[in-house]
Amino acid sequence: MTNSSLAVRCQNVLKVYDTGGQKVTALNGVNLDIAQGELMMLVGPSGCGKTTLISVIAGILDQDSGCCEVFGEDLLSLSNQKKLAFRARNIGFVFQAFNLLPSLNAAENVSVPLLINGIKRVEAERKAVAVLEQVGLGNRIKALPSELSGGQQQRVAIARALIHNPKLIVCDEPTSSLDHETGRNVMNLLKEVALHQDRTLVIVTHDARIFEFADRIAKMDDGHIIEVNKINAPDNLTPELI
Amino acid sequence: MNHIALKMLMGDKGKYFGIVMGLTFASLIMTQQPAIFLGLMSRSYSFISDVGLPDIWVMDSKVQFVDDIKPLQDTELYRVRGISGVEWAMPMYKGLLKARLTDGTFQTCNVIGLDDATLIGGPPLMLDGKLEDLRRSDGVIVDIDGARDKLGKPSLIPGGQPVALKVGDSLELNDHRAIIVGIAKVTRTFQSQPVVYTTYSRAKSYAPRERKLLSFVMVKAKQGQDPAELTRRIRDNTGLAAYTQAEFMTLTYEYFMHNTGIPINFGISVLLGFIVGAAIAGQTFYNFTLENLRQFGVLKAMGTSNWTLLRMILLQAVLVGSTGYGLGVGLTALFGYLMRHSILAFKFPWQLLLFSGTGVSLICVFAALISIFKVIRLEPAIVFKG
Ligand SMILES: Nc1ncnc2c1ncn2[C@@H]1O[C@H](COP(=O)(O)OP(=O)(O)OP(=O)(O)O)[C@@H](O)[C@H]1O
Ligand SMILES: [Mg+2]
Repeated sequence: MTNSSLAVRCQNVLKVYDTGGQKVTALNGVNLDIAQGELMMLVGPSGCGKTTLISVIAGILDQDSGCCEVFGEDLLSLSNQKKLAFRARNIGFVFQAFNLLPSLNAAENVSVPLLINGIKRVEAERKAVAVLEQVGLGNRIKALPSELSGGQQQRVAIARALIHNPKLIVCDEPTSSLDHETGRNVMNLLKEVALHQDRTLVIVTHDARIFEFADRIAKMDDGHIIEVNKINAPDNLTPELI
Repeated sequence: MNHIALKMLMGDKGKYFGIVMGLTFASLIMTQQPAIFLGLMSRSYSFISDVGLPDIWVMDSKVQFVDDIKPLQDTELYRVRGISGVEWAMPMYKGLLKARLTDGTFQTCNVIGLDDATLIGGPPLMLDGKLEDLRRSDGVIVDIDGARDKLGKPSLIPGGQPVALKVGDSLELNDHRAIIVGIAKVTRTFQSQPVVYTTYSRAKSYAPRERKLLSFVMVKAKQGQDPAELTRRIRDNTGLAAYTQAEFMTLTYEYFMHNTGIPINFGISVLLGFIVGAAIAGQTFYNFTLENLRQFGVLKAMGTSNWTLLRMILLQAVLVGSTGYGLGVGLTALFGYLMRHSILAFKFPWQLLLFSGTGVSLICVFAALISIFKVIRLEPAIVFKG
């Protein structure tokens, strides 16, 4: 794999949380490469550092040492302003708890990343309607989050993560708040609509039923990546992970 | 992003209402209490402004305010008349005298004696009768509030409202008969006694025998004569105190400012309104920000700058601030309008709008600052927390 086709390169990433004298090592030397256009899943026991790792990758948390390059940019070396602009342009977010703004309707929620990127409201909302149609919610554009089911809210969130055409989407437990069927629909959407050769997905999950959607699965424990398995290539399927 | 800030704010109607109510309350107190205060203080000098006509008031040099009567000898009137630049100078008697009512009870009255010939210094508005009727024998004019209330005749039904005095009714002032020839409207003063107008010579006959009975000399300056200069000339020539109308009003006003608890009392309630308003509004606004912290975190994670978030919060603060201010000031104006016929003092100059506007702005800036501080320090990584 050449560097230029890498979406993410983590080398020896270390993160220690210091909460009033008590130090917790969340990432203890993480090494991980993620290719462009790949769907990478991060799995592992609770507290092993998955969320911390995608926070560093998404540029919303600074590691203490080591290097994390995203599309060739060392995020730690970027100024605050550049990092904001980098996130605004390149990163999409999908959360377990959806995190939609409750007083904005679906189209307004979806338009937020474009507004942050300085695009006019009218144009942003017009584009939002188009993306909502793509995720199958063309008939609910005026609905408030409270008027939507969990699966529908997550689809709005996916539309929001897509609208500004970011190169990387990070998802933390995107299906954990949903039932099995809805979770699969959401994964289908992520795989079919969100993922393509210029867009990388990193998905943290506990949910073994969706492992089959991954291209590769990185297993973490205790702040380390302990193994990375190829899923989509049938010869590399690792049975205990599925 | 501005419309997002506004939608966030209005999204929860209950909380929005709570913040606006807090600010309305603060703005109401900070406007209405000073309005009452100003109204009350303007009563201290309303007798002077009611008289209106003279440019200059001359009195004993020890007089501290309009109700502080230190009588002069009648001869002082002629000395003032002799000073160059004086168009005219008229005597005025002002004093408290006991009136005996028809049911035999006594009531202290504020008796004003006017120059017999010109009747200068009379009431601002006659409701019944004419000022000239004072020249009829034993004639007096009483103010309408006194005539209705304190000087009123006992009700025919026990416990009922007193029957108002009318033209033609009579009173006894220090054992002298007085016949009511007119009813007048006067601006309320601090003194709650009924006001009785009569002529200077008759007032002297009502008053207890004393060597000095002249309360004030009212002076009109000749045309083209600078009143301030004339005031100085009168002072130099007579050794008496002489004030322009405005100076005399200020003297009286300041006496009450410095020698009564009124400013302190109102100052405390305005301060309390400010503090309670700041506490309620600051607290609810800060709580609102805290509850929306995750939303701000999401915006921050998605790349919104602190500067934009700061502008959003400021916009929210400005909106609740101006709504609360408008409601508070509006309620104050309504209050003043509804109370316009009551005994309540109320004065609402435009400067008061600036005063309470500044107060409300301070509260909003304070509320916004603590919220902004919180949001700026917010780690965007909280968005992944459960
Ligand atoms: N803000 C924080 N302050 C202090 N400690 C933290 C903080 N965030 C995470 N940790 C600790 O760091 C470790 C890794 O946390 P992280 O959230 O990355 O785990 P995770 O793999 O996502 O767990 P889960 O599957 O339960 O979400 C845990 O021990 C956690 O308690
Ligand atoms: Mg986690």
